[in-house]
Amino acid sequence: MFVLEARELTKHFGGLKALEAVSFKVKEGAIHSIIGPNGAGKTTLFNCLTGVTRPTRGSIHFSGQEISRLQPHEVAELGIARTFQNIRLFPEMTVMENVMVAQHTRTKYGLLSAVLRGSSFMSKERAVREKGFEYLELMGLEDHAEALAGNLPYGSQRRLEIARALATEPKIILLDEPTAGMNPMETLEVMDLIRKVKGLGKTVILIEHDMKLVMGISEWILVLDHGVGIAEGSPEEVRNDPLVIEAYLGRETTH
Amino acid sequence: MKGVVQDQARSSRKSIAQRARESAGRSVMLRSFFIAAWAALLFLPFHGIRSALVLFAGIFAGLPVMQSAMRLGGPGEWMQRLPGFRAFTLRSFPFLRTSALPVFLLALFVLPFTLKDYYLDVLVMSGIYMLLALGLNVIVGFTGLLNLGFAAFYAIGAYTYALLNTKFGLGFWPSLPLSAVAATLSGLLLAVPALRLRGDYLAIVTLGFGEILRIVLNNWDSLTNGPNGISGIAPPFLFGISLGSLNFYYYLVLGLVLLSVLIIRRVKSSRVGRAWIAIRENEIAASSVGVNVTRYKLYAFAFGTFWAGIAGALFAAKMRFVSPESFTFMESVFILSMVILGGIGNIYGALAGAFILVLLPEALRDVQMYRMLLLGAGLVLLMIFRPQGILGGRKGVRIRG
Amino acid sequence: MLLQQLINGLTLGGVYAIIALGYTMVYGILELINFAHGEIYMLGAYLGIIFLGIFTSLGLTAANFPLALLLTVLMTVLFCSAYGFTMEKVAYKPLRNAPRLSPLISAIGVSIFLQNYVMLTQGATDKVFPYRYGETHIRFLSVDLTALQAAIIITSALLMTGLHLFQKTRMGKAMRATAQDKTMAALVGINVDTIISMTFIIGAGLAAVAGIMVASYYGIVNYSIGYMAGIKAFTAAVLGGIGSIPGAMLGGILLGLIESIGAAYISSEYKDVYAFIVLLIILLIRPSGILGGYSEEKV
Repeated sequence: MFVLEARELTKHFGGLKALEAVSFKVKEGAIHSIIGPNGAGKTTLFNCLTGVTRPTRGSIHFSGQEISRLQPHEVAELGIARTFQNIRLFPEMTVMENVMVAQHTRTKYGLLSAVLRGSSFMSKERAVREKGFEYLELMGLEDHAEALAGNLPYGSQRRLEIARALATEPKIILLDEPTAGMNPMETLEVMDLIRKVKGLGKTVILIEHDMKLVMGISEWILVLDHGVGIAEGSPEEVRNDPLVIEAYLGRETTH
Repeated sequence: MKGVVQDQARSSRKSIAQRARESAGRSVMLRSFFIAAWAALLFLPFHGIRSALVLFAGIFAGLPVMQSAMRLGGPGEWMQRLPGFRAFTLRSFPFLRTSALPVFLLALFVLPFTLKDYYLDVLVMSGIYMLLALGLNVIVGFTGLLNLGFAAFYAIGAYTYALLNTKFGLGFWPSLPLSAVAATLSGLLLAVPALRLRGDYLAIVTLGFGEILRIVLNNWDSLTNGPNGISGIAPPFLFGISLGSLNFYYYLVLGLVLLSVLIIRRVKSSRVGRAWIAIRENEIAASSVGVNVTRYKLYAFAFGTFWAGIAGALFAAKMRFVSPESFTFMESVFILSMVILGGIGNIYGALAGAFILVLLPEALRDVQMYRMLLLGAGLVLLMIFRPQGILGGRKGVRIRG
Repeated sequence: MLLQQLINGLTLGGVYAIIALGYTMVYGILELINFAHGEIYMLGAYLGIIFLGIFTSLGLTAANFPLALLLTVLMTVLFCSAYGFTMEKVAYKPLRNAPRLSPLISAIGVSIFLQNYVMLTQGATDKVFPYRYGETHIRFLSVDLTALQAAIIITSALLMTGLHLFQKTRMGKAMRATAQDKTMAALVGINVDTIISMTFIIGAGLAAVAGIMVASYYGIVNYSIGYMAGIKAFTAAVLGGIGSIPGAMLGGILLGLIESIGAAYISSEYKDVYAFIVLLIILLIRPSGILGGYSEEKV
């Protein structure tokens, strides 16, 4: 069962071909990885999937709906959440508020009930707080709920981004290099957290440029190079693909 | 033997330190000389030679003194040592939140019986500015959208009541919500196209809107009576009794300020307020967690300008007169300064900012002439040394472009 | 009639373009709307009056007017450049890494300060330019223009050409490189601080000339002229595409034409509104301006 499908996805920035006819399918409840050297178009692909940039050509289908023309908040409401390579928290809000904002589309009440504070408003707000706490617990951040997000150490900020993405209650969660800048210990912890996220029944798509890291965790890998999908398949298939070896090793020897 | 070497080492080290200190002293002198000369030169054409020389002497002598004072702590630290500049929130005054709050409110209520009319008048004006600052704070402080034309919405509120009253004989009470709605609608009208723009461009568009409105008010003689303004606006009536006394305005403004604080506080800590602040903090992240950024910016504009409309109607009723002169760009900057001074994004900061900026020039009569001069210099200094304002949190202005 | 308005518009437009260059150069490098730039122009107008007054009292104006005027321009440019330089060092440099709108608020502060400073020292009433010149009328292609108008148009054209040539020099290239990418410019050995100072100095010098031109053209100045002229010049910069030097020239001239034609054919009472309406329309339809490039925000 596929939840997400990209067909011939293409994105040009002026003369630069960031993505060229990339197609793939994403299986529900599995961990997928998109790997490739720097500048391969991984983040551009995420931006297309989440409505941040509009693809030049091609289509994206999510649960049977075309989403490539939607706004980011509409994509989020449909059930695709993401984290960012360069952390984008709400630094002057508390850790708890960060996960509360993320439930924005899952709680509906208007300005008037916010002012009047009736019982239904109070119970909704309580539910938002409780849910938020659950996600913080999952990511091991419950002790810092009232700290300002901007004051968290780097590793915790990355985990808060994942917690915030989860709090939007997505079907698919896109993680853009969640271990960037982490030491090996923290990296292992994050890999464990990603398995936990999968355990919640979420579909995970992970961007990494370190191939070794994703081999153990992914069920399916897409390799991008210069905006083109050069290989896809199981970790074994990708590992032995001559094009992939060239893209990685060829580049490394020229350094 | 060993001791001698140590002694020598010590003495040579001392002389190095001494020499360093001497040369530092010289460079301070030289620096002060250049700064003093430069400043004197800049002031020369507007003040003449004698004043320039006085200025030179003053700076040349004063700067080393100031610098040695600075060495004990940067200007930021110094400012924070001043009692008024310590970052505090209402939380630092638990007594205000619990037992003292009713006492404080009671004091506010009996105030008119103890104050002279003049002071009461100043208080009423500061209350009107509090409403304006609270409204602008929603747009600039919560949502991070710089608005340089806020006086336009104040004007729309004021002229709405002025026109409804003088042309159609409508009273204050039905006009008050209409003024607020008129300001809100014009806020939306401007925001719908303007919100697509980046921060600093939005600032300029709001400024342009303010100027257009002022010029139109100045020239549409048949409707607005041009620069002469509209006079003869009726005060509020209740059961046929005029409520035009200062005491009444005091209570009316007090009630509205308290009400607006209550409402804005509640909205701030709801999903709407959280969405606003998220937009200010990081627009792309906000949209990625499902906040419809454009819509919530619109809400912020509508909600903020609503209070400007209320303030405008109050102003028109209290003054019994409106003219375009009250709604210049300087007025917009004045309101913005209140928000910035108090601490951008902080509800109580907006109140404090409005209070201080209305009262200070009244208190310092001699300084009145220099009011705007000091305001200008103050804005620069505030941005450099304490961008978070007097009541703001740690980090300060986080309005993003 | 139309041709006459075109000449008036061109005169006005030349002045706007000269001021707009200062906005666009600063924006190109710092992404800052230097709100106080209009005040430099106002200071230029006042300084022109002050210096010409000094030269008149020294008897130089009567003896040799062109020399007196030249010296006035020179002194005014020097002082305004010093003001521009100091303004950047005091009010903007400490805020270079602050959130984007902090320097804008600081710039508003500088603007209010300078306006009130001049009001307090020079009085709130209009100042009269002490010497009328260039009032001889010239007939040119059935249009009537004064020698002063012709001089303003020619001076503006010369200054724009000068700036254009400056762009090709070593310093000019360094300036453009800094506008493209400050970090890269610093890496290739460009002193970014110097470049930024130069930008303010040149921009202020140009505004000073504009100030003198307007002061002699209208004959009177007021402490508040900088605000409106500043906004209009900024509009011109946006109209042409902010950050683009040819754009500022084009925008300034277009705005001058729009304004004088609007004042002649629609209503002169709303003269100041046209600039704002043009600004609103441009920002809403094509925020990057006529000659501006397109950029997408990086995620």
